[in-house]
Amino acid sequence: MVRYLEKIGSNTMWILEDLGRMGAFLVFGLGGVFKRPFRFSAMIRQVRLIGANSFWVIFFIAGFTGMVLGLQGYYTLRKFGSEGALGSAVSLSLIRELGPVLTALMVTGRAGSAMCAEIGIMRNSEQLDALECMAIDPFRYLITPKFLATIISVPILTLFFNVVGIFGGYLAGCGLLGVNPGAYWAGMEQSVVNQDINMGIIKSFVFALVIVWVCAGRGYFVHVIRGAGFGAEGVSKVTTQAVVLSSIAILIWDYLLTAILL
Amino acid sequence: MSQVIIQFKDVVKSFGEQTILNKVNLTINSGKTTVIAGPSGQGKSVTMKLILGLLRPDSGQILVGGKDISRMRLKALNEIRTQFGVLFQGSALLDSLTVFANVALPLEERTKMGSEEIRERVLAILAQLGLTGHEEKFPAQLSGGMRKRVGLARALMLQPEIMLFDEPTTGLDPENSLEIYKLFLETQKKFGYTSIIVSHDIPKIFNLADQVILVNKGKLTTFASPEDIQQSDIPEVQSFVQYTMGNIYLSREME
Repeated sequence: MVRYLEKIGSNTMWILEDLGRMGAFLVFGLGGVFKRPFRFSAMIRQVRLIGANSFWVIFFIAGFTGMVLGLQGYYTLRKFGSEGALGSAVSLSLIRELGPVLTALMVTGRAGSAMCAEIGIMRNSEQLDALECMAIDPFRYLITPKFLATIISVPILTLFFNVVGIFGGYLAGCGLLGVNPGAYWAGMEQSVVNQDINMGIIKSFVFALVIVWVCAGRGYFVHVIRGAGFGAEGVSKVTTQAVVLSSIAILIWDYLLTAILL
Repeated sequence: MSQVIIQFKDVVKSFGEQTILNKVNLTINSGKTTVIAGPSGQGKSVTMKLILGLLRPDSGQILVGGKDISRMRLKALNEIRTQFGVLFQGSALLDSLTVFANVALPLEERTKMGSEEIRERVLAILAQLGLTGHEEKFPAQLSGGMRKRVGLARALMLQPEIMLFDEPTTGLDPENSLEIYKLFLETQKKFGYTSIIVSHDIPKIFNLADQVILVNKGKLTTFASPEDIQQSDIPEVQSFVQYTMGNIYLSREME
């Protein structure tokens, strides 16, 4: 019994310690924006890695998601004789929900995992210690450019996802199933309001912060994460953990933000 | 009479329930070479990280140039760190940067030098350490010995007062080890830095030492020479000496 209680106490202490560490990581990561000299070129390089290099992945996923929505929406709406509302259904689903969530999940899988592994390897090979010993702040030098690049890239990718997805829905609904194109675009125009677009953009900003916070943070603390192990195995376990945690956090925040913003 | 540059006063450092250093004291004088030796896992690297401010002690004081770094704020600590140069065990070169960019990094980040001056200085030190022609290579394209030399070049760029070497010859063949020792002697003569070497390469490393600090079971014991270690009557020291140096070792014979 005592051992059981000890284990609960020790786990609780570790969780609190980890939360404190991650909280401090978020503050220092964002605080690096105010430290000079600002590494603009490093940020642009990260925008290319996280954002521009995700272009084709987002393009295909958005296109096929839109097409599937077009198909599913068409057969569901036809039961009620409302095929004309397809444009409205596809665009609202994408702008409010699927665009931000799927983009964030894709960026987590593609760029978040890479970010976590990169920083984890730098930690294990003492590269972060070397930066500190040279009196170079690792947050300003390495972490903050990733924070900013993700916060810039994810909303842009989300908007791009929405546009491609809506065209995907148009292709499936109007091109293949014969929905009236005028009704499709008019439905979208009449139903989508600024509030919907704002909701999607707010979500994408929050998701971007979650991705970079969790993924970069887990990599940064790879050496102190309980049960992660050491070396390559430690980095691989922590990378998996970062992707899982980030994905779950995105879905939880999605629910919370939807509840608040609707 | 050389000045005291680093001093530990009753330093305690624990990880969880394990006490690594227990109320230890040490003194390192400027311009001298101190070797920190001892069995694995006894606190050699922790001692080095405490000196660098990468770890903070649980209690006690760590004075660098008379200033206590144990409770210092990061900004002030960074000022102190500019006095240090570190050669890490695995060299710790940034693997996404070329040799040139790695060596130029401290100058780019910590000084207001122009790119032309930085270029001149980097090329000069690379030439001095026999690395000319390798400027555009990445660390993964270099041998272990070359990586150590690039790490040494980077550490020397800000002309540090104190150089720390963490296992400088681990993983190197005897020829490359000798090369690193030669470079150490040459650069120390040129830059006049105080050096602290954490090493397993016993007894060879003792040839470089002005004093030896033995880390064992949470305690630091300072010896003025390798001969003093052999004559120690502390049982743990005796067993360490037997294991690493054999029965009789005289530093004069190795020189």
